[in-house]
Amino acid sequence: MLDLSFLSVGYKDKTVLSDIHLTFAPGSLTAIVGPNGSGKSTLLKTMLGILPPKKGKVLLDGSPLSSMKRIEIAKRISYLAQDTQVPDMTAFEAVLHGRFPHLSYPRRYRERDYAIARAAMERTGVLPFADIKLSSLSGGERQNAFIAMTLAQDTDVLLLDEPTSSLDVRHAYTLLSTLKTLAREGKTVAVVMHDLPLAFSLCDRVALFAEGRLLAQGSPASVLASGIVSHTFGVSIGHSDDAGYYYRY
Amino acid sequence: MKRFLKSLPKNKHSLSLCYLFAVLLVFFALLLGVMCGSTPLSLSKLLSALGDDTRTSPEARIFWYVRLPRTLASLFAGGALALSGAVLQGTLGNRLASPSVIGVNAGAGLAVTVASAMGVLGGFRLALFAFLGALLSVLLVALGAKKWGVGRGTVILMGVALNSLLGAASDAVSVFFPDAAVMTVAFRVGDFSGVSYVKLTPAVLLILIASSLLFTLSHEHDVLTLGDENAYGLGLRVGNARSLFLMLAAMLSGAAVCLAGLLSFVGLLVPHAVRPFSGASSKHLFPLSLLFGGGFVCLCDTLSRVVLAPYEFPVGIPIALIGAPFFLFVLINGREGKHCA
Repeated sequence: MLDLSFLSVGYKDKTVLSDIHLTFAPGSLTAIVGPNGSGKSTLLKTMLGILPPKKGKVLLDGSPLSSMKRIEIAKRISYLAQDTQVPDMTAFEAVLHGRFPHLSYPRRYRERDYAIARAAMERTGVLPFADIKLSSLSGGERQNAFIAMTLAQDTDVLLLDEPTSSLDVRHAYTLLSTLKTLAREGKTVAVVMHDLPLAFSLCDRVALFAEGRLLAQGSPASVLASGIVSHTFGVSIGHSDDAGYYYRY
Repeated sequence: MKRFLKSLPKNKHSLSLCYLFAVLLVFFALLLGVMCGSTPLSLSKLLSALGDDTRTSPEARIFWYVRLPRTLASLFAGGALALSGAVLQGTLGNRLASPSVIGVNAGAGLAVTVASAMGVLGGFRLALFAFLGALLSVLLVALGAKKWGVGRGTVILMGVALNSLLGAASDAVSVFFPDAAVMTVAFRVGDFSGVSYVKLTPAVLLILIASSLLFTLSHEHDVLTLGDENAYGLGLRVGNARSLFLMLAAMLSGAAVCLAGLLSFVGLLVPHAVRPFSGASSKHLFPLSLLFGGGFVCLCDTLSRVVLAPYEFPVGIPIALIGAPFFLFVLINGREGKHCA
């Protein structure tokens, strides 16, 4: 479980978000939404420990993140950055790097690491192109390889920064479904997203950030009912009762 | 299928052949290096020189005091520069990075020139000067890139500017202290004549320490190429790791400058030539760059001694003559050109 308590985040003299109280519970898939520049990525970096909080605390299962070693955090929280550069390696090599925090110096892979990496690739559909270089894969295949890397990290908490931004609708839906399954298995999953209908359709909870603070949080239906979405984004989200999904109009 | 062939996965068989070829290359380069020269040493003379404990016969003196230190110097310097290039390319995230391009060699060259002006002409102190000079240059480039948040291409341009600046500083020192005399044409182009054990021993020690450490840090180096934030998410202390890699690259470049002068192109050429066979993974790229770099420079040095024997020319000339067309061939026809940053 990840708890944000009286949290303010930002860079040097600039506070981007302040006074955040938010809990990411095991078994839930939370969408972090907000306009561009609202501080979503900054929040994620603070939740990982890349940026120190300006105020307040990030608690991982009750322990302050600031008191934990970098490698200990990596064993419990996996993270996928927004604009991941394309390294010159195969999908399999990238996925195996997910085992990095679990290896001690000089970091030799064990049978167990290969097994976990293979399982992560099976789950994300990466196995058929495991030996192909990331630079030769399509955007969707490459993103799946990076998701497999975070799965191979085998953590309780997954933080993903706009993983669907470069994906078409089908790949984005498949990815979110995979994340939802992971949440159902007991993992804590938080994902920054811009695709509001997809976020409201598939995520269990939505946290909406704008104007430097957390404007709304809760189930998709309750956040929608608050009217903050249309106020913040200038669009309306509707719900199709027959199909059970949200759409923008 | 086409995409599969394009990515050319490295199987264990081809990798083993690559290692075998690299080891054979080093062996033959070493053998040719000690046998060939203005006074050729046949295999029988070589064996008698090896068996001469007193080292008084002409063959033994040529072998022990001229050929062996020079050949070892070319092997180690070539390997060090190639490995340093591979490390810098990964750490700075730019395939155009190499010790000679980003000013690391020039920094070591300036330090060696200053040391020579101060009367330090060999031994550990000279190696230390070269290492510190190389380290200062690489840190200037890396810290500058971080502070100003410049792109990968700009890092190279910063290095090129630093190269000119440090080169000019070396020239200035040579003008004011003519006795330093290291900024000769041979030192600028790269040359192994006059290498002695006094120069060789500390440089080889530095190279062995840096290489051994790097071989155990290949995973860390690969994780760095995933980008700072992802590397951080995987538990790597990115700043510390980058500093360590830059320091080790500087150790290698500094040691090589001690032995060979400002030998250019090896650090750029060899990793590019090796990568299609080793894959981008540092686990194989590092040792293969070391072996191929050493073998290549050693063969070029032998060539520089035998083509116009008894005269010889600086080793940097055949390296550039062979290396430049080969590098262009790799860039244009190889897969490397398509992924070059």
